[in-house]
Amino acid sequence: MSTSDDPTTHAVETPSTEAIVTAKANASARTPMWKKVLRDPQAAITIGVLAAIFLVGALTPLIAPHGPNDADLSMVNAPFGTPGYILGADESGRDIFSRLLHSINTAAISALIGTSVALAVGVTAGLVGGYFNRATQSITEWIFALLMTLPGVLLLIILMPVTGGDYRATMFIFGFLLAPGIYRIVRNLVLGVKNELYVDAARVSGLGNIRILGRHVLSIVRGPIIIATAFMAGSAIAVQSGLAFLGVGSLEIPSFGAMISSGFRNFYVSPTQFLWPSLLLGVITASLVLLGNALRDTLEGSKPKATKVDAGQRVVADVERDGSTDANALLVIRDLGIAYPGVDGELNEVVRGVNLSLAAGGFLGLVGESGSGKSQTAFSTLGVLPHEAVITSGSIRFDGRELLGLDDKAMAALRGSAIAYIPQEPMSNLDPSFRVGSQLVEGLRAATGMPRKEAKERVIALLDRCGIVDPQRTFDAYPHEISGGMAQRVLITGAVASRPKLLIADEPTTALDVTVQAEILDLLRDLQDELGMAVLLVTHNFGVVADICDRIAVMNKGEIVEIGAAEEIFGAPQHEYTRMLLGSILDENAVRTDPAAAAKGGAS
Amino acid sequence: MSLLEVEELRVSYPGKGFRAKPVEVLHGISLDVGHGETLGLVGESGSGKTTIGRAVLGLVRPSGGSIRFAGQEISGLHGRARRGVASHIQVVFQDPYTSLNPSMTIGDILAEPLVVHGATGRDARSRVRTLLDQVGLPTDAIDRLPREFSGGQRQRVAIARAFAPGPKVIVCDEPVSALDLSTQALVLDLFVDIQRETGVSYLFVSHDLGVVRHISHRVAVLYRGDLVETGDAATVTSTPEHPYTERLLLASPVADPARQREKREKRKQLLAADT
Repeated sequence: MSTSDDPTTHAVETPSTEAIVTAKANASARTPMWKKVLRDPQAAITIGVLAAIFLVGALTPLIAPHGPNDADLSMVNAPFGTPGYILGADESGRDIFSRLLHSINTAAISALIGTSVALAVGVTAGLVGGYFNRATQSITEWIFALLMTLPGVLLLIILMPVTGGDYRATMFIFGFLLAPGIYRIVRNLVLGVKNELYVDAARVSGLGNIRILGRHVLSIVRGPIIIATAFMAGSAIAVQSGLAFLGVGSLEIPSFGAMISSGFRNFYVSPTQFLWPSLLLGVITASLVLLGNALRDTLEGSKPKATKVDAGQRVVADVERDGSTDANALLVIRDLGIAYPGVDGELNEVVRGVNLSLAAGGFLGLVGESGSGKSQTAFSTLGVLPHEAVITSGSIRFDGRELLGLDDKAMAALRGSAIAYIPQEPMSNLDPSFRVGSQLVEGLRAATGMPRKEAKERVIALLDRCGIVDPQRTFDAYPHEISGGMAQRVLITGAVASRPKLLIADEPTTALDVTVQAEILDLLRDLQDELGMAVLLVTHNFGVVADICDRIAVMNKGEIVEIGAAEEIFGAPQHEYTRMLLGSILDENAVRTDPAAAAKGGAS
Repeated sequence: MSLLEVEELRVSYPGKGFRAKPVEVLHGISLDVGHGETLGLVGESGSGKTTIGRAVLGLVRPSGGSIRFAGQEISGLHGRARRGVASHIQVVFQDPYTSLNPSMTIGDILAEPLVVHGATGRDARSRVRTLLDQVGLPTDAIDRLPREFSGGQRQRVAIARAFAPGPKVIVCDEPVSALDLSTQALVLDLFVDIQRETGVSYLFVSHDLGVVRHISHRVAVLYRGDLVETGDAATVTSTPEHPYTERLLLASPVADPARQREKREKRKQLLAADT
């Protein structure tokens, strides 16, 4: 079958904002997980410390000079440095060094049993409880809620007769008490993943539930489980030591807890006895906790980044500021260049040499495909480019004033009053926890300093003007109570409330149904006539452009390839790219004519 | 007998809150898709068009009515029995970014359904190569991850996955609406090419009349859970009978300022006549 090359394949040089962010994430995700972890100094050091300690523990039979319970009465409370008893001996004449080594193994086994049981129970129950139907969910939820109410350490002490004082049995039970933590993590992740389309696709492909869980779901929840395991190992060791310290369980087993307890009793005779086990226990649990934190940072990337708030957009020094201005142009963009630092630190230009001007009261459509730089151009005019973006060249003059180089405070004063903005997703631009009206009034007062009562009256009058049937009711509604089309009307109300000179609309109808889209476009057209404002409309939809714009600029790969009156561009496109785009539009009259392949249907 | 027959299909979602009444989103939909035919399903958000597709795929359980594939009732099937139908009814979803597992290679994604239906590893691998070639992707894509591809290419992978088990019907849920204009046209052509070659049937869900007109033999228009009009694609999209279809047609803008102005006037007249 002949299929021509997919053109978007080659458009990589001009990524959109999201593309840049994901590209960065991709670059870091391509290195295997363990490599990423080892590159983090905190993770590398703690892993090194833990590995060293547990390796020494594993070599205990070879290097320990004495058995853990070998008592020599002549050595009772032998001091630090006694030959054969490097760290001295305890109240029963047992070698502290040997007991320390054996205690490492006790701790390791405790951590191993506790975490494996917790993982086995928690992960299984989390997968089942998150993936299957409501009844299964509530049953598992109920069981684990019950498990969480049990007082952990107390229960372990009460169950001593059952476990016979064996710390391994105790840790087995403790594993169940740790399980709810893992269960919660896994269940919540599974609830998020199971509605992903690729899980649906797998189901449609005929995969069984077990296979879907194993292949598609478990791979996603792996990272958080590893992190939680580090913390759980720490707490298993701490609980085992705590119990031994209290003297619960078999006294034969050498453990940090038992040693600390013995050292405590001898504190006045030989204070250092208490020091060694405490130190080692402290290092192990602290390493595990620090390792957990480091894993979380590297695997989930939660390290907060410092952002500069007030410096405004970053502009490199040689911004050209010539005084030449079009007499009647409201917005003049000259030779604008915007770049983003790539993975290797070099700047990639996503917008190059953009020139455009918008007359007061004009309606300019900025058209292009994803990654063409159209939104970047609009954002730079608003002064809201992401902070890693760098403006490499050019100037943006609004109403005779240079916008590039203004700090955030000066830009904020312009935004909302002289330059307004309508976003693509109306819903996500309204705060769900405040009523619609109070958000609009707040915005208007911030822009104009109008008294509250007057602002409210103006907002209600404008809501009415923007085609909202019952303005008072919408004013008092919360965002979730209104439809998407209504929300866009609300945002338009907010944008025009302060009588801006320039309105920037970024794909304002893309998220809306066509019938609503037509109404919103009518509203924008009427408002523009009434208020005499200029509109810069960013869109990928040529139908929308044809409906509303009087001038069009076509962008491709960061450059404007063609700019002119709407009739001219649609009627006689000059640039090849524009012709290609217009040619891709599914024509109104093109209807599929070939008949259904009914005859072949049975055969294939 | 049509290949896929949907009769009096009803779907309800549980209401929010304790003992809340379920909300019915489909109120008895009947439609059918013949061999090698494309039925376009148009409607706005909330019309229930996606729900019909999901019911056919067995991803939502109908509360009434029947769905028959090749004469066999499939709406109540579960587990193993449902998976038996899986190789015949496949899907291409709207969003090529979330419909591919980000941690699996393209080769694994495409081989998975084949292996499930009993292919050996080697057979699967050679079939994957053929599939990649069919949808116009390079064969070295096999060892790469979804994130290394653009939206249009990912959608080609999703199409290849749908075709892997050799299905009879493919439910296409807005498969081109997340793509750029130029990519959209190419992907639609791919759909048409494959249909001509394999005789597969499409249930093609979209909100975009232009797209539906381009690919459908017949069109069904949905409005708030009811089918308001069904018929030949050319007829429904040029001389609609139902007022809602007419409104929908007039609302979708054409990429020509002069013609769009006429259309806008016509729409305003229609609206004025209504009120």
